Amino acid sequence: MNSPLIQGYEVVIGFETHTQLTTQSKIFSRASIAFGSEANTQACAVDLALPGTLPVMNRQAVERAIEFGLAVGAHVSPSSVFARKNYFYPDLPKGYQISQFEIPVVQGGEVEFFLGQEKKVVRLVRAHLEEDAGKSLHEDFVDQSGIDLNRAGTPLLEIVTEPDMRSSAEAVAYAKELHKIVTWIGICDGNMQEGSFRCDANVSIRRPGEPLGTRREIKNLNSFKFMQQAIDFEVLWQIEQLEEGHKIIQSTVLFNPETGETKAMRTKEDSADYRYFPDPDLPALIIEQAWVDHVRSNMAELPRAMAARFVKDYGIPEYDAITLTQTQAMSHYFEQVAKISGQAKMASNWVMGELSRRLNAAHLGFEACPLDALTLAAMLSRISDATLSNNAAKVVLEELWAKPLEGQTPLSLVDSVIELKGLKQINDTKALEQIIDTVLAANADQIEQIKAGKDKAFNALIGQVMKASQGKANPKDVNDLMRSKIAAL
Amino acid sequence: MQELHNMSLQGLALAIKNRTVSARETSEHFLARAKAHASLKPALNPLQTADHLTPATTSCGAFVSFNEEFTLNLADQSDQRISKGQARSLEGVPIAHKDIFVTRDFPTTAGSKMLEGYCSPFDATVVSLLQQEGMINLGKLNCDEFAMGSSNENSAWGPVKNPWDVSRVAGGSSGGSAAAVALRLCPAATGTDTGGSIRQPASFCGVTGIKPTYGRASRYGMIAYASSLDQAGPMAQSAEDCALLLSAMCGPDLDRDSTSLDVPKEDFSRHLNDSIQGLRIGLPKEFFSDGLHADVRTCIDLALDEFKALGAQLVPIELPKTELSIPVYYILAPAEASSNLSRFDGVKFGFRAKAYKDLDDLYRKTRTEGFGEEVKKRIMIGTYVLSHGYYDAYYLQAQKIRRMISNDFQEAFKTCDVIAGPVTPQVAWKLGEQINDPVANYLADIFTLPASLAGLPAMSIPCGFGASSMPVGLQMIGNYFQESKLLNAAHQFQLSTDWHKKALRGTT
Repeated sequence: MNSPLIQGYEVVIGFETHTQLTTQSKIFSRASIAFGSEANTQACAVDLALPGTLPVMNRQAVERAIEFGLAVGAHVSPSSVFARKNYFYPDLPKGYQISQFEIPVVQGGEVEFFLGQEKKVVRLVRAHLEEDAGKSLHEDFVDQSGIDLNRAGTPLLEIVTEPDMRSSAEAVAYAKELHKIVTWIGICDGNMQEGSFRCDANVSIRRPGEPLGTRREIKNLNSFKFMQQAIDFEVLWQIEQLEEGHKIIQSTVLFNPETGETKAMRTKEDSADYRYFPDPDLPALIIEQAWVDHVRSNMAELPRAMAARFVKDYGIPEYDAITLTQTQAMSHYFEQVAKISGQAKMASNWVMGELSRRLNAAHLGFEACPLDALTLAAMLSRISDATLSNNAAKVVLEELWAKPLEGQTPLSLVDSVIELKGLKQINDTKALEQIIDTVLAANADQIEQIKAGKDKAFNALIGQVMKASQGKANPKDVNDLMRSKIAAL
Repeated sequence: MQELHNMSLQGLALAIKNRTVSARETSEHFLARAKAHASLKPALNPLQTADHLTPATTSCGAFVSFNEEFTLNLADQSDQRISKGQARSLEGVPIAHKDIFVTRDFPTTAGSKMLEGYCSPFDATVVSLLQQEGMINLGKLNCDEFAMGSSNENSAWGPVKNPWDVSRVAGGSSGGSAAAVALRLCPAATGTDTGGSIRQPASFCGVTGIKPTYGRASRYGMIAYASSLDQAGPMAQSAEDCALLLSAMCGPDLDRDSTSLDVPKEDFSRHLNDSIQGLRIGLPKEFFSDGLHADVRTCIDLALDEFKALGAQLVPIELPKTELSIPVYYILAPAEASSNLSRFDGVKFGFRAKAYKDLDDLYRKTRTEGFGEEVKKRIMIGTYVLSHGYYDAYYLQAQKIRRMISNDFQEAFKTCDVIAGPVTPQVAWKLGEQINDPVANYLADIFTLPASLAGLPAMSIPCGFGASSMPVGLQMIGNYFQESKLLNAAHQFQLSTDWHKKALRGTT
């Protein structure tokens, strides 16, 4: 399909995402990477770049990179090279950052996701391992800056896409999907506030069919909300520039959440020459196939594979399957409910709908869902055996939410709530007929209208029946009975 | 009994173990000798307390720091171990370390004002390994700043003078180590070799020194000059002593140095007494070219005759890329150095300029004032060759030729077991003679650079005296992991010659 245009311009977005890896220690030293410790308490001699220290590769970080490569269907390079990126800054103790430049560990791959109902694929260029820098602290010091080297040497996997995205919404959807993947496989904790998942967006615009425009890179977007705001602002700013006859200058920009604006930090002209060259302290990173196979055998089922399996095994729509595989906890919850209740589509509807709504409102994930999957499955079985109407079930759910089993089986708990609330569906045809007869008797003129083909009048009568039954009537039965009774009149 | 300072390491270790002399007495003996040869410019060196300032006119500037209390304390511990029958292989034998190895108990400056007053929180692996054999750290030895130089005139603490003629250079960068051993100020010393920094001063000062295969000795704690070339090695009075030391210094250090080779420890002494009957010694024709001074050539030829007499076979070989090793080295080593030395920025440790306006000014002034001229020159060369647009033409090209140089050696080793030739084209030159002639200075490295670039083990052994009665060294290069073959040949040579025993006047 065609890209959405803004004032006749096509938006082109590529992403670079720095994900902090969930290792015990730093990428080239044995210091801990735990967040939030007192400044400079988690930096060892290697992190401080003391004379005579040397880097030693953390194999756990390499495994995280391999896992990512496998998760996005990329090529895990059997040999990759660490290079030095040379520049001076006080929070960069060695005066160079060790990163992968020419030959990264993960090459290619793609990320699939839905934008609304439309399936999108963003191609990845690469993902490479590198070390993080420390932090410069400009507050709290008069005429001085503080340096905290706790973060120096923290392992990062930088994931780079092709310029495949065509709107801020698509960019955010990509970022969310990537976030899902890295947290799903557990290589990153995904904490955006703490900087574990930082996105840079390369944004340019062009008239459809033209070559790529000059891009500006928005740095350090650390929330999905800011991401969208920043890109939207940037796109309009670039359009304005071009419309006014200015040229876009390649530059790095920062987003200010308070003003909602992007602002240039530096342009390409004053960018440094980093003098990359292979780090002579680190031999090429060799990854044998056996290592890749070992990592693969220990990996959890990937969201894409799981979604495909849900479609195949449970017959639910692909859209449902992808939504249900947002997190491991959600997918496991769904699968339990589907298996026990034997009602996959119903389980999917409830998990994606009512449960997600409640959990979101409470800022909880499925791993902390107050209603356990067995109880939900029991409730669904009462819907499918027509004990509960859908509407009544919502009331039951409200009651079950956070209700402990206290020695009861899930089914007896569900039944006791139904009993307590008097929500048992009226499936007794005789009783229903009585109610319907009463309603029909009182609405002769409506019946005339129905006979004249007005469905609205029919629905109104159904409503009256449901009301008269206090919601306990089985809507399907009411419908069927009413139609045959009116037809017989 | 022989004077302590003329004894072999094994002899000394035995004398101490048998309590003919105590470890303490041994250390005191060497300390007294060493203190007379501290750096000639002590005023520049705030590390030395007044107590250590003994700039005698005979001083060669070999030592830059002492910690007498620490040294004697260690010696006392050795004596206690001996009395408990727990002596280790070199218990109580003193050794001094090139000031490029970081040490907890001595300042470490790498010959630079940049590290004035710097104390490391840990010991270099090599230093620890020698200490674990019972050796006593006597002090730190002068060297060219960050190991950059071939004359030891690039030290912030003054030059090291050649003990055989104090108007001449000791060679570099391990000049302090070579001079100290030549003067018998310590029984042995450590050195490092990047492009010849063990072999060339050993040759200039008439001592024996060896650099092992790249990766056999841990680089952890060795302040990096050019990471892909730097190797530690021992410098001592004989090949036999070097074999003992090298056995202690080498071994895998995989948790601390990624370039450390996973090759088990080896006893390099075990083949010392093998016959060298039939040993094929390759003579690269490029090492015997017109550039080689006649006096040096005569010594080398005589040494080769001696090897023939011992049953070795001389085989002509070719190392066609020998000349290219100079430009290749002077691109790759400065490139790595320019990056390795970025950490000396005045922010975290070491020297910081006093007055600065802002961050850039802090960097500029600190590095301008803290580094010496040669270091700055190499940082600039290295920065240039790595710059955008020049990288392919210089760095990448140099890497390719480096591989060709290695291949030449592998081709040569098909027809010979070891390679022999001069260490340098000439004997030690006069102080100040080449300091303003960088090209001549760099050209003098021509015979040591190829083995460094290929990562091969190589050594220098005294083989006579050339012009002005200055020592001449014979270089021997082995294939990868053939250190014991080199040491075997050198030891057999030293059993039948006494060049290595020709000691300086006043040291006997």
